[in-house]
Amino acid sequence: MEHLRIRWFQWAAPQSFYPLAGKLWPPFAAVAAILAFAALYLGFFVAPTDFQQGEGYRIIFVHVPASWMSMIIYLAMAFWAFLGFTFNTRISGMMTQALAPTGAMFTFLSLWTGALWGKPMWGTWWVWDARLTSELILFFLYMGYIALTSAIDDPRRADRAGGLLALVGAVNVPIIYFSVKWWNTLHQGASVSVTKGSSMAQTMLWAMLLMALAFWAYSIAMALYRVRGIILQRERHARWVQAVVA
Amino acid sequence: MIWESWDAFWAMGGYGLYVWGSYAVVLICLLLEIWLAHAGQRASMQTARELWEQETAHDATP
Repeated sequence: MEHLRIRWFQWAAPQSFYPLAGKLWPPFAAVAAILAFAALYLGFFVAPTDFQQGEGYRIIFVHVPASWMSMIIYLAMAFWAFLGFTFNTRISGMMTQALAPTGAMFTFLSLWTGALWGKPMWGTWWVWDARLTSELILFFLYMGYIALTSAIDDPRRADRAGGLLALVGAVNVPIIYFSVKWWNTLHQGASVSVTKGSSMAQTMLWAMLLMALAFWAYSIAMALYRVRGIILQRERHARWVQAVVA
Repeated sequence: MIWESWDAFWAMGGYGLYVWGSYAVVLICLLLEIWLAHAGQRASMQTARELWEQETAHDATP
């Protein structure tokens, strides 16, 4: 146990995390690409036409995974922020920062693809119901985090301010998830549930789950890639960085 | 193949604009993010390298 603990903290040092992240991102990126192609093949060439929504339902193969990632990445940021506050490791703030742009992008994609699904199915691009509004608030939380951390010059203070926003803002994630239960929303309830299984056809479900896994792998690859740049920038005065760039 | 022709595929049963409008923007966002991250990494590398060159130049002066 003592051994394990020391190991973890050793990897938490930017100097050892930099080469580790460099080794890890390419396989995650490769897995993301393979899974995405498999998901697209299933979603467009195997999954049948939906009896209610016609071909328009194929939007959900990206809409649902993007929405899941928008929430999961925010929780991951809150997790890193929490580690930062408890253990005061430098890598925590860097990881929180590395995740934010990808999370913001998936939130935007969730809103965008949702609007394009809503127009033909509901007859409107947007409604102010609880699900859509709380997802929009999530987008503003990401934007707020990015604006806040880039406005503070001292990285340690930026980490602390941003970390607080990540932790407090995480309250919004269960609100998004349960909004369709707690309020009477135009947005439909979950089609996939841990307790009740799925109400979708098998191939449709697989196309969606494969895309979700592809987005997971993509997000991990992206965060690991981006954190390398952040490490270099913050540690540029360190001897080891000079050895890397020399 | 579940589609009768490529035209039918692109038409998406009348939902073409919405389906392809979704997937196109997803693709654009992913490519844009990859490009931006790559540019950011290169910029960090460049600043660190410049700093190193400054310091070695400084060390070299008698």
